Amino acid sequence: MHVLIILIEILVLFAVIMLHVAYATYFERKIIGHMQVRMGPMRIGWHGLLQPIADGIKSFFKEDIVPEQADVVTFRAAPIICLTAMLTSLAVLPFAKGWVLANINIGLLFLFAMSSLSSYGVILAGWASNSKYTFLGGLRSMAQVISYEVAMGLSLVGVMMLSGTLNLTKIVEVQGGSFGGMYIFPQIIAFFVFFIAMLAETNRVPFDLPEAETELVSGYATEYSGMRYAIFFMAEYIGMMVMASIGTICFLGGWNGPFEVTIFPPFWFVVKVYAFMFVFIWIRATLPRYRYDQLMTIGWKLLIPLALGNIVLTGFIKAFTG
Amino acid sequence: MESMEIAEKLQDHFSEEVLDICDFHGQVGVVVKRERIVDILRWLRDSPEIKMDHFMDLCGVDNKKRQGKNLLRLEVVYNLYSIPLRHSIRIRAQVPENDASIDTSTDLWCGASWHERECYDLMGISFNDHPNMRRVLLPDDWSGHPLRKEYPLKGREEWSGLEKLKHKVVKLQEFGLSDGTLRTKAERSQTKGNEKS
Amino acid sequence: MTRPITKTVNVPVADGDGERYTLKMGPQHPATHGVLRVDLELDGETIIKCSPHVGYLHRGFDKIAENRTYAQSLILTDRLDYIAAMANNVGYCVAVEKLLGISVPLRAKYIRTIVCEMSRIASHLLWLATHALDIGAMTVFLYCFREREVLLDLFEELCGARLTFSYPRIGGVRQDVTKNFVDVLQRFVADFPMHIEEYETLIDTNRIWLKRTVGIGVLSASEALELGLTGACLRGSGVDYDIRKHRPYDAYDLVDFEVPISDDGDIYARYRCRMEELHQSGRIIQQCIDQLPPGSIISEDAPDLVMPLHGQRKVEAGSSSYGTGLIRLLEEKEHFPVGDIYVSTEVPKGELGFYFISDGSGRPYRMHMRSPSFIHISALPALAEGSMIADLIANIGTLDVVLGECDR
Repeated sequence: MHVLIILIEILVLFAVIMLHVAYATYFERKIIGHMQVRMGPMRIGWHGLLQPIADGIKSFFKEDIVPEQADVVTFRAAPIICLTAMLTSLAVLPFAKGWVLANINIGLLFLFAMSSLSSYGVILAGWASNSKYTFLGGLRSMAQVISYEVAMGLSLVGVMMLSGTLNLTKIVEVQGGSFGGMYIFPQIIAFFVFFIAMLAETNRVPFDLPEAETELVSGYATEYSGMRYAIFFMAEYIGMMVMASIGTICFLGGWNGPFEVTIFPPFWFVVKVYAFMFVFIWIRATLPRYRYDQLMTIGWKLLIPLALGNIVLTGFIKAFTG
Repeated sequence: MESMEIAEKLQDHFSEEVLDICDFHGQVGVVVKRERIVDILRWLRDSPEIKMDHFMDLCGVDNKKRQGKNLLRLEVVYNLYSIPLRHSIRIRAQVPENDASIDTSTDLWCGASWHERECYDLMGISFNDHPNMRRVLLPDDWSGHPLRKEYPLKGREEWSGLEKLKHKVVKLQEFGLSDGTLRTKAERSQTKGNEKS
Repeated sequence: MTRPITKTVNVPVADGDGERYTLKMGPQHPATHGVLRVDLELDGETIIKCSPHVGYLHRGFDKIAENRTYAQSLILTDRLDYIAAMANNVGYCVAVEKLLGISVPLRAKYIRTIVCEMSRIASHLLWLATHALDIGAMTVFLYCFREREVLLDLFEELCGARLTFSYPRIGGVRQDVTKNFVDVLQRFVADFPMHIEEYETLIDTNRIWLKRTVGIGVLSASEALELGLTGACLRGSGVDYDIRKHRPYDAYDLVDFEVPISDDGDIYARYRCRMEELHQSGRIIQQCIDQLPPGSIISEDAPDLVMPLHGQRKVEAGSSSYGTGLIRLLEEKEHFPVGDIYVSTEVPKGELGFYFISDGSGRPYRMHMRSPSFIHISALPALAEGSMIADLIANIGTLDVVLGECDR
C-alpha cells in the first residue's frame, strides 16, 4: 500500500513538473518576445496558450533520425540519461513542509550527484553523434561542468555550516530562524557565486557555450531531432527548475514567506522559483556569450577563490559568535 | 600630383619597360612590359612623392578582339591609389598568350593574393611565386577560363562533377527523395516546353 | 549489440602530431553569413590554420555583362550585395556615367545620395544585428530589424521593391520621391539617434561584449592597408580613407559629414566606427532632404528608357517589344567612347569598384567588379589564425561580408 502511495505521488509530481516544463518554454518565449519588441507565440489558442502542447505533439511525431555513423546505443541513451538524472533529483526537493518524496539526510549531495550525472548525457550525446560540432559541444560541456560544479559546491558549504545539515527540509526550517528568514543576507557572497555557477550548470546565456548556436550549431544536440531533441530540451528546463529550487531552498528560505497560504502551502516556493526563472530569461535576453577560455577564467580565478573565502569567513564568524 | 606626371616619371625611371601612356577622362593608364612589373609596383609604392599605398584593384583582360598598338593577347590591369596624396594610376602589363604568366605582387600587398587567384581562375593568367595559385571562384576541377573571349557565354560542357551528382540522385531515390533524374537547366526548360505543347 | 566506440567515432582525426584536427565550417553554418566555407585546422579550440573557400554563389557577372548593354547590366548589381542593393546600383550608374560622360541633374544626385545613405543604414543595421547575434546578444538583432523594416517600407514606396531595387538609372533615377516618402524619412531620421542609443545601451559598455571584442582581431593601419581592406574595416585601423571624401560622387561634396576613425584596429573599434557612421548617415540624409532642389530627375542624354510619364523620350515606334527597342536605342548611339575607366564608390561594405573597358560598341568590352567582401574574406586568416573558434565567428561578423558580392 505504501509503495502504491509513493507511486501515485511520483506520478503526480511527474505530471505536474512536465506540465510546468511545457509552460516554462511558453513563459520564456513570451517574456523574451516582449523584451524583444515582438509578441512570442500567438497562433495556437488564446495568445498562443496551447503552443507548448502543439510543440510536444509535433516533436513526438517527428522522424527520429539516427546518423549512419553514430554509436546507436549511446546516441539513443544520452537524452534519457539527461532526463532521468534531472527527474530523479526532483525526488528530494521539499516544495512545502512535508511535501517531499524522499526526505533523505544527504539531499544536497544527492542533488549535486544528479546534476553531474546529467552532464554525462550531454557528453555522451556529443561523443556518440560522431560529428565534430557535437564533439566540441560535449567537450565544452565537460570542462564547464567540472569547473563550475566545484564553485557551486563550495558556495553551498557556507549554507551547510550555518544550518549544520544536508537535509533540505531541515535547511529550510533552520533558515526560518535566521535574520530575515533567508540565508541570502549572511551568505551574500555565496549567493553571488551560486547564481553564476547556476547559470553555467544549466548551460544558459551567457554560459551557453556547449550549445552556442552560432558557433557550434547547437553543439551536442546538432544531430538530434524529434522527440530526442525535445527530451534534451525538457532536461534543460527541469535542470533550470532544480537549480532555481536549490537557490530558493538554500538562500531564499524555501516555502517560508511573509504570510502563510494555507490552501496551497508551496505558494512561496513556486513564486520564488518563478522569480529565478524570470531572471534566467531576462539574462538570456540581455547578455552576449562568453568565450570558452573566459568562462574558465571566471570559474577558476574568480568564483572558486570567492567561495573559498566565503567558507573561511563564515567559519570565523561562526567560531566567534558561537 | 597629377596622374600624367606620375606616368611621365614612371617613363623616366623605367623607359625600357613603358610602352605607351593613355589618358581617358582624366585617368591615366601606363602600358608596360611584364618583366619588371614587381619593380614598377614597388617603385610606385615606395617612392615618397608617389606613395601608392592602396592596392585598389587587379584584373585580367583578354585583348583578342581589342584594337590598339603594343597590345599582346592578355593584359593584367593594376589600379593603384595613394591615400595620403590622393592620386591614382593604372598599370597595364602585357602578357603573351603562349606564356600566360606574370610575377606576383603578393610580396608587396598580401591583399593582392585573391585578386590574382581570381585572375588566374577566370582569365588563365598564372602568377609566378604566388603562395597559393589555385582557382578561387570556380570548382578546382573546372576546365577552361571563362573570361577568355573564345569561351562561350553558356559554357562549353556540363561540369565534370555532374555525373557524380547524378549518381547521388539515383541513390537518393531509395529514400523516396527524388524521381531519380537530375536535369540540367536546358533539359528542364525543354521538358517544360513539352508539357506546354 | 554495440560496436566499440573507438572505432565508430573518428573525431578528432589525428594527423602527424596527433593533436590537430580539421573542422569544416560551412557552407551551411549560421555564422558564416551565407555560403562561405572555412576550413579550420584546430588544436583544441585554437585555430592553427584557417582557409576560406568561396565561389558557391558565383554567377559569372563579369562574363554576363560583356554580353549585355550597359543599361541591362544594372540589374546584375542588385544581386551583388543584396543587403544594400541601392548602393551597388548607384555605384554602377556613377561608373557608367563617368565612362559615357553623362552629367546627372542635381535633384537626381541628391535623391541618389539619400538612397545610398538609407541603404548604408539598412546594411549597418543588419550587420549589427547579425554580429551581435553571433556573439550571443539576441535582443539587438530584433531591435535592428525594427528600424530596418521602416527603411525597407520606404524603399518599397519609392520603387516597389524591397530587396532588388534597380531604382537608380544611368543618368538619374527612375522615379521622383513622393511627399509621403520625404515625411516618413524625415521622421525616421529625427528618431534614429534615439534608436542607436537603444542598441548602445544593450552592448556598448556591456562587460561581456567588451571582453569579446576589445583586443580581438587587431590589425594595424599598415596591415589593414596591405590586406586591401576598405570601408569601416580600414577606418577602424586608423586610415582615413572614405571615397565619399576622397573622390566625391553624387551630392557628397555638397553635404557636410565626418568620417569616423578609430586607431585601435580591433573588433570594438570597427563596431564603434560603424555606429558612428549610422549617425553620420542620418545627418547626410537630413541635409539632403533640406537641400533637395527641384528639377529633372534624369539626364536628357541618358541611354536608358524612362517611363514615358516622367521623361519625354518614347520607345521607338516600330520596335516590336520593349527589350529590342532598348537594345537598338543603345547600339545606335554613336558616342560610345573607346577607353577604360575605374570608378569606385563607398558602399556600406567598403570600396566597390567598377572597371570598364569600352571598345565603342554599346556593350562593355570588359567589366570587372572589385567587391569589398571578396577582399575582406581573403583577410580572414590574418585575423583569425591563432585565436579561438568563438573569435572566428566574431571576426567574420566584423568583416561584414556578403557572399553574393564576394562571389559575383
